[in-house]
Order: sequence, then structure tokens, then C-alpha cells
Amino acid sequence: MIDSKKYIVALTITAVIFGTAIFLSNTIGQKKLEDVRAIENRVALDILSSETQFALLEETSCRDIGPGFLSKELGSIGEKLTYAENQTEFNAGDLEYLKRSYFLLEIKDYLLMKRLTEKCGIKPTFILYFYSTQETCEDCQKTGYVLTALRDKYPDLRVYSFDYHFDVGAIKTLVSIYKVKSDLPALIINGLAYYGFHSVEDLEKTVPAIKELARRAKALEKSATSTSTID
Amino acid sequence: MAEIQTLILYCSLFVSLFFEVFLLITYLEVREELNLEEQHLGKNITRFPTVTIIVPCFNEENTVDNTIRSLLNLDYPKEKLSIIAVDDGSTDETRYHLARFESHPQISILSKKNGGKHTALNLALEQVQSDLVGCLDADSFVNPDALKKIVLFFDDVNTMAVTPSIKVFEPQSVLQYVQKIEYSWGIFLRRMLSSLGALYVTPGPFSIFRTRVFRELGGYREAHHTEDLEMALRLQKNHYKIVNAHSAHVYTSAPIKFPALYKQRVRWTYGFLNNAIDYKEMFFNKKYGNIGLFILPIATSSIFSTLYIAGRAVLNNLTSAFNTLVKFQTVGFTWKSPTFDWFFINTGIVSFLTWSATLLILIILYLSIKLADGKFKFTRGIFYYLIIYIFIVPIWLTKAVYSTIFRKQINWK
Repeated sequence: MIDSKKYIVALTITAVIFGTAIFLSNTIGQKKLEDVRAIENRVALDILSSETQFALLEETSCRDIGPGFLSKELGSIGEKLTYAENQTEFNAGDLEYLKRSYFLLEIKDYLLMKRLTEKCGIKPTFILYFYSTQETCEDCQKTGYVLTALRDKYPDLRVYSFDYHFDVGAIKTLVSIYKVKSDLPALIINGLAYYGFHSVEDLEKTVPAIKELARRAKALEKSATSTSTID
Repeated sequence: MAEIQTLILYCSLFVSLFFEVFLLITYLEVREELNLEEQHLGKNITRFPTVTIIVPCFNEENTVDNTIRSLLNLDYPKEKLSIIAVDDGSTDETRYHLARFESHPQISILSKKNGGKHTALNLALEQVQSDLVGCLDADSFVNPDALKKIVLFFDDVNTMAVTPSIKVFEPQSVLQYVQKIEYSWGIFLRRMLSSLGALYVTPGPFSIFRTRVFRELGGYREAHHTEDLEMALRLQKNHYKIVNAHSAHVYTSAPIKFPALYKQRVRWTYGFLNNAIDYKEMFFNKKYGNIGLFILPIATSSIFSTLYIAGRAVLNNLTSAFNTLVKFQTVGFTWKSPTFDWFFINTGIVSFLTWSATLLILIILYLSIKLADGKFKFTRGIFYYLIIYIFIVPIWLTKAVYSTIFRKQINWK
């Protein structure tokens, strides 16, 4: 009455479909993480190259430092790692390793940026952003949106985001240098700490560095408008 | 908690995939048989058993004329076919419509106080003397060759009931088009269940029984407003064979608007769940073959897994909408030209499994339409079905499950 062979065949086919789905998902997940790793390697190389260039030019003028001096790919790693954290297909160990590398690269990039600022007298346009994934931090999500909007608005702005509780010695050192409290989210701009949520408008009004960026952007817009009027 | 949710999701997907694979294997096994049935069924019949068709009517003034006329037009010897129409206390003009057929030699008209469809059927069953007896709901119509195609299956002495293929009669509204495709699914499913000996409904429109079934097992019961489902389960429980004649077509008037469809489907699902509880001893019981071991458990679990998956989808979409709202409140509307990066394509296990299940559903849908209509043609019904059906099913499933759990009564109409 019951064709057990048919049940076994159906079960086998279903198991094969399941197995294939698991295999494909893991393989593609690995491939994606390899891509992130490749970007990290490129960023590391960019930083090394910039550092070397910086060392070589130590005695010369800041004019020789071109626009591609700092790596442009850090932001894309951040986006990818944030996405990967919310997916199940990635190996947690690999992901943690990549996050660790990412935070270290951010710190190296930040140090390079700082040296550049000191040497060439450029006004600082970077933000250190401390967030948390461990505890409920409602404002972290909103602050993330604000910083993304600011970065889109002012491409020169560099945002370095750090998971406050991530077990990396260098993050802990940064936290102790800037005396960042656990009252997250926290923004360090020009050595000053800003805690809690701040809207784009708040930051543009109250933070001198952002104010300066806004002023420059406005001036640029004005000159572009007047040029187009003359044309 | 997240692990339990993932486990439930994987189990639901595994069961769905298993069922789809099982159906497709069954199809591969019976497709030759299907072709033969298409070509030869209903031709060269030598033996015509006597048949009585009961038409229970409750407020069916708009359709009952056509229902009876379709029976009179059946390609079947007149002396072998009789019709009993029962007015179950209609409050509209149904009785006057029936009165027009009073003098017809093949038709008897009965009238009674309203007591529900099962009481109308039982009243008529008391008068039935024929070899076979069937029912035709007064909102349905039969193809002229339907009965000939059905009676042939009674050549097998073990066959106790034969069900037809039900199609939607002249769809007009979007919902009726959706139901047309859904009924094609039903045609495929019933034919496969027939091969597995696992039919669990003998639908009101034109299921035909040996008359002795009712003498041996008793008449229809109220059965949570789904007497056709209970009757099939009773037959299965008593190891009475039910088969499906997929090429015997019956047309039914499907609900035009959502409220009517919702009521009908709540009744069907509620009836299924409650009859399943009444026949719980059949579940996972090898004694009842495929229906006990597999079909009843999977049909029940599919209601809950559909609700679970729908609930998850609703929750995910609400979370996503909430995040978008928070983003909008925080930074206003921001537009970024979309860029393609394969990294952000969801390649999780669940995603692959969902695509696999969807692909199998589409294959079954293709085979269903081919089986129902003879050929596959992409129609607007398929389009409506694909974009609407998954959103409306959870609505009546939720109500039916709620009413079952909290023992709330549901209405017939």
C-alpha cells in the first residue's frame, strides 16, 4: 500500500537540494569574504604606499601629495562588513578576523591622515565614531544614518567607525587616549567628544570642522553657479 | 530563540520541498496513465449504471436553473439518470425556479425547513434506489461527458467514490482569475492524491458514490460545515477506495469579491482542521496508507508553516519599513543612484532553498495548467495568481486557525 521506495527517493532528492543549497551558500559566502579580504589587502597596500610616499616627501612640499593619497575603499569594506554581520551565510570566525583587520586599517589610515594634517596644515575633516553591537543602542542606528549622509554630502570627510566593545587592543588605546565613555554613540571630532544623537543640522551648526566643510561646500557651489552664469 | 526560529524555518522549507518532489515523482509515474485516460475515457461504454444526482439548494435562484439544465444535458441514457432537487428552506425565489422542472420525468423536487446542506442530502438519500448517487451544488454545472467519464471508474468493484475536476465558471473578476489558476492546482493535486489513494475531499460538485456507501457508512454529517470533507475521511478510514476522474469537468461559480471568498475559505480550512481533529487517529498511522502517514499530516502542517513563513515575512517587512521611517526622520529623503554589487545579493541557505521551492512550484503550476486546460498558455490569471495569492491565503488561514484554537463557530455563508 505504501511505496516506501518513493518516500526514500523523494527524501534523497530533497536532501540533495538541501545539501546543494548549503554548499552553494557556503562557497559563495567564502568567496564574498575573500573579496573583502582582497579589498583589505589593497587598502593595506594603499596605506603602505602612502606612508612610504609621505616619508619620502617629508622634506618637500605638501603640494606633491596628490588627491589619491588616501585610500578610497575603506568605506566600501565597512558597508560590506555591516551587511555581512546581518547575514547567516558567513563564517563567524572569518568575519571577526576581517572586522579586526578593518578596524586596524582604519586606525592606520587615521594616523596617516593626522600626520598629513599636522604637516600640511590642513583643517581636520575626520570623525572617530564609536558604536556598539552588544547592547541596545537605539541612537547608534540613527547616528549611522547621519554619518552616511554627511559623508555623501562632503566627500572629503573621513569617518572611522569602531565597535566600542570589540576586542582589539588598538581600539582600547584609542578609547583611553580620547577618554571615550561607554555612553554610546560617541563622536570624536577634533579631539572633542560628542555623546548621544546629533542630527546633520546640529553637527553642521555646532562642530567647527563640519561647519568649515559646509562653508567650503557652499563656496564651491556659489563659484560653480557663477561660472555657469558667465558661460 | 533565533536558533529555534531558524530551525522551524528550515523544517518548513524541508517539508515543502519534500512534498513538491514527492508530487513530481508521482506525476512522472502516472503521466502515461493520464495520457491514456485523456484519449479513451468515456468512449465505448457498454454498461450504464443507474445514477441519481441530488441538487441541494439554499437561496440559489441565480444559478439553479443552469445547474439542473446542465444535468439534463448530460450525455447519458435518460432512463438511467434521475435528479432530486432539494429546497433547503430557501428564502429567495429558488422554490419557484425549481417548480418549473416539477413535471420533468427525470426530476423530483423535495422541500424542507432549512437545516443545512447535510440534512438536504440525507433527505434525498432516503429515496435513492439507483446504483450510484452523487451531488451537484446548485452553483455548479457539468460538462455533458462528465458522467460517462466518471462511471467508467466504477468498473473496478473496489471503487466506492469518484471525484471530478472542478473548474471556475467564466471568470470575470481578478479574484475569479486567481481562483481559476488555484483550481488548476487543485486538479493536479487531486489527480496525484488519487494515485496515492489519499483523496481527502469528495467535493460537493459532482462527486459520485456507490449508493451502498451511504447504507454501510451512514449519511452526511454536519461536520463543521464541510460534509464533503468528512465523508471522504470516513471512506478513507473504512478503506473505501476514492479515485479522481481528472478529465470529467465540472464548473463552479467562484466568489467574485474578497469577503465571499474569505468566508468560503475560512469555512474550508476550519472544516479541514476540525475534521482532522475528529479523525486524528488516522495521522501517522500506517494502516491508512499514504493519507494517514503523509498527506493528512503534511496538509495540516502546511497550514501552520504557511502562517509561520507569512508571519516572518510580515515582521521582516515591518522592520524594514520601520528602519526606512527612522532613516527618513533622521536624515530626510536621500537619493543615491543604485549601483550593482553582487556582494549584496542574498546568497544565504534560506534564499537558495526558497528559490528551489519556488522553482518546483512553478513547474507544478505549469503541469497543473497543462493538465487542466490541455495546454499551457501564459494568461493574466497566472499573473494575478503569482502576485496576489500568497498575500491573501494567510488572511483566511489565520482566521480559521484562530477559530479552531478558541473554538469559535464560523458561518456557512
